Amino acid sequence: MEVPEEATTLAPERFARDIRDASIEYMSRGKLIRLRFWRHRLARLGLPVLSALYLMAIFADFIAPFPADARLKGFKDAPPSVIHFGVDGNSFQPYVYARKRSFHPKTFREVYTEEEDKKFPIHFFVSGESYKILGLFELDLHLFGVDEGANITLFGSDSVSRDLFSRTVIAARVSLFVGLGGVAISFVLGCLIGGISGYIGGIVDEIIQRIIDLLIAIPTLPLWMALSAAIPREWPVSHTYFAITIVLSIVGWTGLARVVRGKLLSLRDLDFVVASKLSGGSDLYIITRHLLPNFASHLIVSLTLAIPVMILGETALSFIGLGMQEPGVSWGVLLQDTMNFGALVHQPWKLIPAVFIIVTVLMFNFVGDGLRDAADPYSL
Amino acid sequence: MLGIIIRRIFILIPMLALLSMISFLIIQLPPGDYLSSYVMRLESQGLLVDEAEIDRLEQRYGLGQPLATQYFRWIRNFIVNGDLGRSFGSYGSSYDNKPVSDIIMERLPATVIISMVSTIVVWGFAIPIGIYSATHQYSLMDYLSIFIGFIGLAIPNFLFAIIIMWIVFAQTGHAVTGLFSLEFRHAPWSIAKVIDMLKNVWVPVLVLATAGTAGMIRVMRANLLDELNKQYVVTARAKGLSERRLLWKYPVRIAFNPIFSTIGWLLPAMVGGEALVSIILNLQTIGPVLLTAVLRQDMYLAGSIIMILSALTLIGTLISDIALVWLDPRIRYD
Repeated sequence: MEVPEEATTLAPERFARDIRDASIEYMSRGKLIRLRFWRHRLARLGLPVLSALYLMAIFADFIAPFPADARLKGFKDAPPSVIHFGVDGNSFQPYVYARKRSFHPKTFREVYTEEEDKKFPIHFFVSGESYKILGLFELDLHLFGVDEGANITLFGSDSVSRDLFSRTVIAARVSLFVGLGGVAISFVLGCLIGGISGYIGGIVDEIIQRIIDLLIAIPTLPLWMALSAAIPREWPVSHTYFAITIVLSIVGWTGLARVVRGKLLSLRDLDFVVASKLSGGSDLYIITRHLLPNFASHLIVSLTLAIPVMILGETALSFIGLGMQEPGVSWGVLLQDTMNFGALVHQPWKLIPAVFIIVTVLMFNFVGDGLRDAADPYSL
Repeated sequence: MLGIIIRRIFILIPMLALLSMISFLIIQLPPGDYLSSYVMRLESQGLLVDEAEIDRLEQRYGLGQPLATQYFRWIRNFIVNGDLGRSFGSYGSSYDNKPVSDIIMERLPATVIISMVSTIVVWGFAIPIGIYSATHQYSLMDYLSIFIGFIGLAIPNFLFAIIIMWIVFAQTGHAVTGLFSLEFRHAPWSIAKVIDMLKNVWVPVLVLATAGTAGMIRVMRANLLDELNKQYVVTARAKGLSERRLLWKYPVRIAFNPIFSTIGWLLPAMVGGEALVSIILNLQTIGPVLLTAVLRQDMYLAGSIIMILSALTLIGTLISDIALVWLDPRIRYD
């Protein structure tokens, strides 16, 4: 996997002035890093947005009014609910109208009309379908819902009458955490193999580098496809998910191994390493105590920028039907519905999950860019 | 210099051999083989499959034999006769057994046309914009190009293709699929056909070029910014060199280096990237053939395409490494 090249850097002269005012001499490295990260406006935007998205994924069952596979009877291809305000004198009380389904006389498409005499206020913290929060406690509390008789579909519904909002929120779990899981595995492999390659050097280095060259030379998508086609279809969702994570990291570790090796090579013969060796430090001690901390910041940058690549990889795989399988949902699975672009003209809301993918990937790149600037706070 | 090239070529040979093995192995990974998926497909269509017919097919493709035997038979034929084997018929509407090389040759023109036009568009836009962004840092254009760069990075290609088709279809009612309109699809090449192609080729080119342009603007801008802050630029300016000459004489040339070093990856990356886009846009390129071949375990077809692409990447990397030494005399390989 390729980690994108250096992109934006904030104006060095502006930054220099700011830290001079705050007397840079007295600041710790950690403080400098935080300061520099915070100077990056886009990164400042990215961090809270990502946090919100991950919180949404963690508490997905609570936020989603319905389970991912619940079918709302009589609500096939329904558009997003329109939310109105003001019930019984309380002008902030949101409500939806009950909707009546009819069919277009010519196209036989579903048409939904709001019944303006039936107001259904939106209640908060209602009980509904029970779920396990964080996989621990049984709970039936949901963030919002309406009484029997109407349905609320914030993002509309799909062709088998499932609520797209609930599905999008629940799908976030797979889509967002596949990146983290994949990067975690890549991280271990990359550090280990890149570390061995860079630290031992010589013929071992040569062999490992050529193997990495080979892996990079194989086109990524077909490799991913062949690997995920090998995942048995009848596996439970959690197994499939785990397998996909591994498939994604099989390509992902090579990039990280290169970063680790390059850094190790440049650090290996520096004086402080030689000094530690002469003082009797073991290889493992030197690597973990002296070398790793030296390029940890660069590693974090590479990791951050590797996450969105994995998220996009999972999306592409699921989109062509090789990734998550029903009843598992990910944003890629949801987007399968958009393949029929003719239907999109009538049901544009089916593209909403795409917005989540784009925002997530964008924010990860913002944060990655900010971290890259912050990684080396002494350079101006 | 000559020594380096010879050494690299020598490393290339075992790597290519390894690659062909890996390509062959990859397509064996999914459970079952071509025959079983072929039988399943027939059964799902409600057709009965004759046992004798299966035996005959097994014999013909040597499917019962060990993997190593199958591999060596395939690779020997390729080296001795240039014969890549026959497709098991996963491709096309008729389940015939075209030679793999025929299928690749049939799909190659569209692939090359789309890749080349996209590459030209990418370079034509990205390099000037990158240079402008770097020399006018924090200007409106710079921020705009950063914005485009991020968007190009964040929208997956296939999604972009869907969105464009959706917009065009919603606006005009015209479905932009395929490279040619219906009446030209099977017509021989003519000026009218070329004009017709130009009317349709812009969609895949736009989709593929946006992602490429976004990435390249970022690289070009960052490279040039690095160079512009160096002392030799200050020195040259202090000596009174005009800004234009100053920019083009060295910094821009050096900023090109990383771009040249990735030329070798262009074609494989394009084919990998266009696969999904081509499926959605219904283009007759290599990508979709590869996808169906991998899925249906049409092993000679999938293996050959993966091997050719990977080999092209390795050779391309070698060529661009050599080109780099030639372009920038400061670079030395030891």
